[in-house]
Amino acid sequence: MRLLLQMMTYPFILRAALVGILVSLCAALLGVPLVLKRYAMIGDGLSHVSFGALAIAVACGWAPVAVSIPVVIVAALVLLRMAERSRMGADAAIALTSASALATGVIVTSLTTGMTTDVDSYMFGSILAMDRGDVALSVGLSVAVLALFVLCYHRLFAITFDESFSRATGVNVGLYSTLLSVLTALTIVVGMRLMGAMLISSLVIFPALSAMRILKSFRGVVIAAAVISVGCFTAGLTAAYLLNTPVGATVVLVNLAVFVLCCAGAKLRK
Amino acid sequence: METEKKLLLDVDNVSLGYEGTAIWEGLSFQVRSGDYLCIVGENGSGKSTLLKSLLGLMKPMAGQIVRHGDLRRGAIGYLPQQTMAQKDFPATALEVVLSGFLSAGAGRFFYTPKEKAAALMHMGKLGILELQRKCYRELSGGQQQRVLLARALCAAGELLILDEPVTGLDPAAAQDLYRTLSYLNRKEGIAIVMVTHDIQSALQYGSAVLYAGQKQWFYGTTAEYLASPYGKRFGGGGK
Repeated sequence: MRLLLQMMTYPFILRAALVGILVSLCAALLGVPLVLKRYAMIGDGLSHVSFGALAIAVACGWAPVAVSIPVVIVAALVLLRMAERSRMGADAAIALTSASALATGVIVTSLTTGMTTDVDSYMFGSILAMDRGDVALSVGLSVAVLALFVLCYHRLFAITFDESFSRATGVNVGLYSTLLSVLTALTIVVGMRLMGAMLISSLVIFPALSAMRILKSFRGVVIAAAVISVGCFTAGLTAAYLLNTPVGATVVLVNLAVFVLCCAGAKLRK
Repeated sequence: METEKKLLLDVDNVSLGYEGTAIWEGLSFQVRSGDYLCIVGENGSGKSTLLKSLLGLMKPMAGQIVRHGDLRRGAIGYLPQQTMAQKDFPATALEVVLSGFLSAGAGRFFYTPKEKAAALMHMGKLGILELQRKCYRELSGGQQQRVLLARALCAAGELLILDEPVTGLDPAAAQDLYRTLSYLNRKEGIAIVMVTHDIQSALQYGSAVLYAGQKQWFYGTTAEYLASPYGKRFGGGGK
């Protein structure tokens, strides 16, 4: 207990905790429709694009976040179009983009700065990376995501469950898909320097999957995913502090443990 | 008698197609309340293109499709083909049925008590009231179709548009669904437009047939269809 109080006296840990909780919340909420629409890997693709953009920004001496936000948003929109229109299919389109962006990032890094601690922290996350700008960004993002889920809850449900029916009843499906993609892109950019490019997509996928195992209603799944995600992040951050392990990886393992528990719970109930 | 029935859909000399290539040309037919129209034909003959246009998702290349009454503001009872993702969807049957009121209550967080009552009434009518709290993914194929049908009834009370509704159902469940549709059609006067591969049932329950062939089409009552060259081939009237 004393250790926990001591942990909260470090301003950098407080910032990381705040950003992490808000990003976990956004990622989990957005994750529910993304996972159900079989589009969850977009998080993975976008985090690699974000890594590529950050590597280039660092090499050129530009502000990393300012560069990667527009790049990742554009990538999100392109991926959405590719998934809808092209014959490739969403999974292949995302894998292609993801590998290409990662390769670009690695090449740019090796030609310029080499594998510095900066680059390493983009790959696997760093608790030191969060500044005041990140805190402001994550607060704004959470407000936007919560507003979307509260004001448009029924439409989000309808387009997630059945795009054809929603279109026929006059819902602008394209607008909501775009909103989801853009908000996911922002969540990834904010969260990836804390969680790591390789690990951030787990925040999108794990909570939704865990909640889906144990609950039967859509409303229940959305709320449970948010609670699970915030809980896992808090537990992961604390464990990382106590055990001196990297935050991103620890949070992912806590999420995995909860997922396994949920699977076991679902089995037992049957 | 014919003229007394309310006109719902008026398809007038319509051409449909993609990028300048017409799949349907000079198509004309009407759907009135109490009609039961089955759209049959080979794969790739443009049945889904026609369906999209009837739903207002695609503009005709020529001619016009006029939707009357409530249908104008998107109140269409549509029952699309099921997708893979739906089969494993965490939502209660009631949540799915209520989403039929989407076009009526845009932007509200809660459904009104009136809407909830109507949703439960439709579920009762279709014999799925006791399933309301069950999870959609735990229902049988036939039960899932009934849930989607109840949702369609919430969206619109005059016209149901169904896209191959019995695909994937076992024969008993398919017959149940046909009987339910027939009941809605005859007792409640709901018009039905159905794309189907099941020609025998189309002829048994339907009142009119629209046959889609390659670059040609036929529209008439089931009796007229059976007498036509298309119908003789499929109707099984005589070998």
